[in-house]
Amino acid sequence: MNVLAISGSLRADSHNTALLRALREEAPSGVEIELWDGLREIPPYDADADGAPGPATVEALRALVREADAVFFATPEYNSSVPGALKNALDWASRPIATNAFRNKPVAVIASSTGAFGGVWAAAELRKVLGAMGARVVEVELAVGHAAEKFDGAGELVDGDVREGLRDALDTLVAEVSPELVAA
Amino acid sequence: MSATEQIEQAIPTGTWTADTVHSGITFEVPYAVATFRGEVPAFEASLVDGTLTGVAQIASLTVKDENLHAHLTSPEFFDAERHPEVTFVSSEIRRDGDSVELPGELTIKGITRPATLAGTITGPAVDHLGATRVGLHLQTTVDRTQFGMTFNMPLPNGEPALSNDVTLKAELTLVGQEA
Repeated sequence: MNVLAISGSLRADSHNTALLRALREEAPSGVEIELWDGLREIPPYDADADGAPGPATVEALRALVREADAVFFATPEYNSSVPGALKNALDWASRPIATNAFRNKPVAVIASSTGAFGGVWAAAELRKVLGAMGARVVEVELAVGHAAEKFDGAGELVDGDVREGLRDALDTLVAEVSPELVAA
Repeated sequence: MSATEQIEQAIPTGTWTADTVHSGITFEVPYAVATFRGEVPAFEASLVDGTLTGVAQIASLTVKDENLHAHLTSPEFFDAERHPEVTFVSSEIRRDGDSVELPGELTIKGITRPATLAGTITGPAVDHLGATRVGLHLQTTVDRTQFGMTFNMPLPNGEPALSNDVTLKAELTLVGQEA
């Protein structure tokens, strides 16, 4: 099984990207996690450029989503919502809505922030957006607060509870695609 | 009670199959200040020895906007990929004159709950080609959240845009099948 992991942050030392690297370490046998690093290359959404094909970087994202069995998001929270760059990428990916790459795709959303609430509102908004796009949003709630305290100086996740939360979230997503991989 | 009245009170026996061209499955849901309607044109229905069975293919749902069709068939609503059919099977038919009630089980999005279709019955009557027809004009109102459809959007006044109560309507022309 192939899971595409998408971080909503462009920052080199992003806690959310680091969570997805930790997620890759927790992947059960038979589950490959690919971390997408093309967010910076997605142009601002422009309906005038939204033809077939769209911009090359957008088509590359759409192809990755289509090929993935599931998609796992980790997002920071900007102004109580989803970062603009991530929302922009999803606006591109959602076109055309009736046949978009995310339609019926199992997706999980987690969040983290340096504040106490862990990006819980951004995660809720991201789930709403993905639901509107027609994705199969699984029941996963993991908002990692005080994120700076969960990693060591090298960016390694050192918090056991968060690591367990990542495993549970991934299990839920994998079970949506292929229950036997979780049971194994 | 006269013989004629006894016939009118009877539940049709034998096998009756829906003439789907002259039948329709529709739904209505209050949305903002109006009522939104849709139709599910691909369906089959039959009345066999007093049991009404209906199966509708949810992907055939027609609304006036392609994007809305995409939303309604997505996992957020009917989830047509995993649950392509909506079904109803009656457990009983109660007739009182022209009025009928059909308690039974309704399955939407893989969730089965009791529901009672109520309305009127017309006929049996012989049509211009000699076939015998029965009309059933039925409806029921269900809470969509009981069937795993919880989507909503708040209006500016804070009230939800979309009602939870959805009325399902079945206008059936059933044609008697030769034994």
